[in-house]
Amino acid sequence: MLLLCLCSPGVAGGNDFQWCFSQVKGAIDEDVAEADIISTVEFNYSGELLATGDKGGRVVIFQHEQESKNRPHLRGEYNVYSTFQSHEPEFDYLKSLEIEEKINKIRWLPQQNAAHFLLSTNDKTIKLWKISERDKRAEGYNLKDEDGRLLDPFRITSLRVPVLLPMDLMVEASPRRIFANAHTYHINSISVNSDHETYLSADDLRINLWHLEITDRSFNIVDIKPANMEELTEVITAAECHPHQCNVFVYSSSKGTIRLCDMRAAALCDRHSKFFEEPEDPSSRSFFSEIISSISDVKFSHSGRYMMTRDYLSVKVWDLNMENRPVETYQVHEYLRSKLCSLYENDCIFDKFECCWNGSDSAIMTGSYNNFFRMFDRNTRRDITLEASRESSKPRATLKPRKVSTGGKRKKDEISVDSLDFNKKILHTAWHPKDNVIAVAATNNLYIFQDKIN
Amino acid sequence: EEKRAGPASTLYCADGDDSLYPIAVLIDELRNEDVQLRLNSIKKLSTIALALGVERTRTELLPFLTDTIYDEDEVLLALAEQLGNFTMLVGGPEYVHCLLPPLESLATVEETVVRDKAVESLRKISQEHSPVDLEVHFEPLVKRLASGDWFTSRTSACGLFSVCYPRVSSTVKAEIRQHFRTLCSDDTPMVRRAAASKLGEFAKVLELDYVKSDIISLFTALASDEQDSVRLLAVEACVSIATLLPQEDLETLVMPTLRQAAEDKSWRVRYMVADKFSELQKAVGPEITKNDLVPAFQNLLKDCEAEVRAAAANKVKGKRLNIMLPFIRLIQYTNQHVKSALASVIMGLSTILGKDNTIEHLLPLFLAQLKDECPEVRLNIISNLDCVNEVIGIRQLSQSLLPAIVELAEDAKWRVRLAIIEYMPLLAGQLGVEFFDEKLNTLCMAWLIDHVYAIREAATCNLMKLVEKFGAEWAQNTIVPKVLGMANDPNYLHRMTTLFCINALSEACGQEITTKQMLPVVLKMSNDQVANVRFNVAKSLQKIGPVLDNNALQTEVKPVLEKLASDQDMDVKYFAQEAISVLPLA
Repeated sequence: MLLLCLCSPGVAGGNDFQWCFSQVKGAIDEDVAEADIISTVEFNYSGELLATGDKGGRVVIFQHEQESKNRPHLRGEYNVYSTFQSHEPEFDYLKSLEIEEKINKIRWLPQQNAAHFLLSTNDKTIKLWKISERDKRAEGYNLKDEDGRLLDPFRITSLRVPVLLPMDLMVEASPRRIFANAHTYHINSISVNSDHETYLSADDLRINLWHLEITDRSFNIVDIKPANMEELTEVITAAECHPHQCNVFVYSSSKGTIRLCDMRAAALCDRHSKFFEEPEDPSSRSFFSEIISSISDVKFSHSGRYMMTRDYLSVKVWDLNMENRPVETYQVHEYLRSKLCSLYENDCIFDKFECCWNGSDSAIMTGSYNNFFRMFDRNTRRDITLEASRESSKPRATLKPRKVSTGGKRKKDEISVDSLDFNKKILHTAWHPKDNVIAVAATNNLYIFQDKIN
Repeated sequence: EEKRAGPASTLYCADGDDSLYPIAVLIDELRNEDVQLRLNSIKKLSTIALALGVERTRTELLPFLTDTIYDEDEVLLALAEQLGNFTMLVGGPEYVHCLLPPLESLATVEETVVRDKAVESLRKISQEHSPVDLEVHFEPLVKRLASGDWFTSRTSACGLFSVCYPRVSSTVKAEIRQHFRTLCSDDTPMVRRAAASKLGEFAKVLELDYVKSDIISLFTALASDEQDSVRLLAVEACVSIATLLPQEDLETLVMPTLRQAAEDKSWRVRYMVADKFSELQKAVGPEITKNDLVPAFQNLLKDCEAEVRAAAANKVKGKRLNIMLPFIRLIQYTNQHVKSALASVIMGLSTILGKDNTIEHLLPLFLAQLKDECPEVRLNIISNLDCVNEVIGIRQLSQSLLPAIVELAEDAKWRVRLAIIEYMPLLAGQLGVEFFDEKLNTLCMAWLIDHVYAIREAATCNLMKLVEKFGAEWAQNTIVPKVLGMANDPNYLHRMTTLFCINALSEACGQEITTKQMLPVVLKMSNDQVANVRFNVAKSLQKIGPVLDNNALQTEVKPVLEKLASDQDMDVKYFAQEAISVLPLA
């Protein structure tokens, strides 16, 4: 036990701390409704709000519980703030295509006034939502009495101006803009530009640039669709704007490469200005090489100096100034390399794992199978595997590190590769922008963990 | 349940006691669930205020409105606009400051149009503040907005400095300048953009010394901002700043920044320089234009980004043409987008160049562009023919013009065909009736049987314009016979086109032709076997009825319509009955 405690602390921040359970959201039932499966998780810029989207097209927003003196441990406690239906299932009659309501991505806008704004997207349509509070209601009518009975219009002898009275806080979500009809293929990414007035949206073959206030027009900045679709060899898998430089964005491809483009140089960014690719090791080449090198997520560090990419087996950190290889590579679940054949057969090999940075860029987190998720400390190079499970969901319970046995002999507390549950996958995680609070989506449950300082 | 509906609010009973009723409805509808009714009430806010009187407007209505910022944008926009005209309704200039709180909260909403309207109204009512009130009430509001937590309020503040600056004491002036400086280096790009876009108007109200000491440094900083969207706004500010400064200071204070902008790394900034070129040229005067701007402009014409070249090409008009001509020729070899932009302005150059120069320098370009592979370039040349016509006469071009027109007329894209049809009346006017009959008439008739409806429709409308131009006699000899001939066409769509043409032409052709030539054809078509033709006969009769003489109407039209009114087809019956009820039939 002592040994375990010694190896678990330290991932993230360098301080000696352990991760502990804070909350779990969502139903406990064994049989999970498809619509309840969480499809994206995102903290806002301050960490005050946390949004999730699900396959049923709903967005749920959680608000950080105010800390009070008598309950100081509530740092990682979030409660439902607003729930709304963002997208509905649709049918494209021209193409005979069903358009799922599943929320592919949520991105918050920097806060501009008392209300909060976010972009949510399904495969085709991006929507801008406003989430605002109302704590006053008007009272007093001229033509009705207190109980709503109509008054005789002939008896009106004086005019009454309504007055505003305090009421219970009401949170409203209203759709402010709908950005539709610009994507032929499925949207995989949206990203708000640092100029705070534009954002980009990427589908399999194209990237469009939008102005947040203009819905009827977008500019196509990248188009990799070949004239003949039979010559198609790669697709765009993710795209993101640089956090500070308004003219720079990157997009990753199914071939494991990343292109950095400069919107300053030209209106069309078909030609990249940087191309990041790690030379392939010929000795490890196999049938699956190309599939597992496909990048499922790309994220700039908060500093803007690095970016991180996730492929099937690893996470890589790239220095934007070095294109020929990543500066750091972390194995997420190397033990699966021998299982690729069965993972191909059950389609798991195509799972799109996302990855995220902590607030100070010193640690990174990404998901795995069996409800395991991994964290890597970039300074100490220590890594840890944790599990999001109901079993350890007692308040403030410390998370025990998990270990998958790779050798022949399984030690106590180790799990063998063959007993991993591949239906329990953690694809989406988010890290609070300032604190050590993380949100981990495990199928239909959202787990929130926080640090516990020793 | 409370949909007591808009009509109620427009009912106004003359009874003394009931006169409150419509106002009461208006007030209640300020909170109706139906946006349209709320909007209606807001638009009649002055009526409400008038009924309440100035005292209650100030103490009850305005406080209520101040907190009603949850509404739809269109309602808030109307509210912001109304409040700008509310001074008399709150008791005149003495009380105008009561309007500040609701406008202040509107100036912080996220919707740009609403914020802008609130700022516009604030600017308006600032003029109605006495100098004392301006310092006691208005200026503190500007400060509050300028130091607000959210960028929406800070962006709104940017538009208010220039209206209060000229009317406050020198201490307050110093504070305002300080606030503006702070906003120019705000953390968020939105605020810096708002500051950059108001830099020019703020500079105009500042004393010249402060323009030189304060504004120039802010301008320089914004023009080298890390955000492209901020830098490009600085280019705009450059125009107003340059007009304020004496000529001898321009070189040192403005030109370094402008030169830098013309060579900015971002094409969007260079685009802005190209786009604002005429204004910049005017602002810096002829000497600097010659030495600095013209070379910069030449570079923009050669820019590596097509958007920039196109913007520059658009501004070619009015430049020193002897310097520009080589570059204009160069453009021939660049991309479509740029060529088409140039084509839209190049014709305008002929009036500046005069006859001889146009023939020598521009004619070859026109001719080359008329043969361009891109239809848009050809169309842009043709659409501006009138400029050239004035200078050298269109005959010079007719040899090349005709093949270009014919080719566009038969273009595979129907939108191109549509565009050329729209220029036909213009061309016909300039080429004259002879040339038209000889070369273009056949084209115009061919469009009538185009397989795209939009083209047939436009062709019909074109015929009408031609008849207006060339007269009824010309119509009778050239087009009417052809149009009427189509009535026997085996394709019912073409037969219908005859009817559409008759609808369009009858008025221009006059009673004589309509009654004698067109009417018999229309009446004969009432026996058509296709119902669509028959009900269009009914529609046509209704349309041309007013042109016909009464005798024909009673003896010929009436029986036919009556017959159609008992047609088997429902639509035919409907339109026949409609015609019968509209026409003055005995």
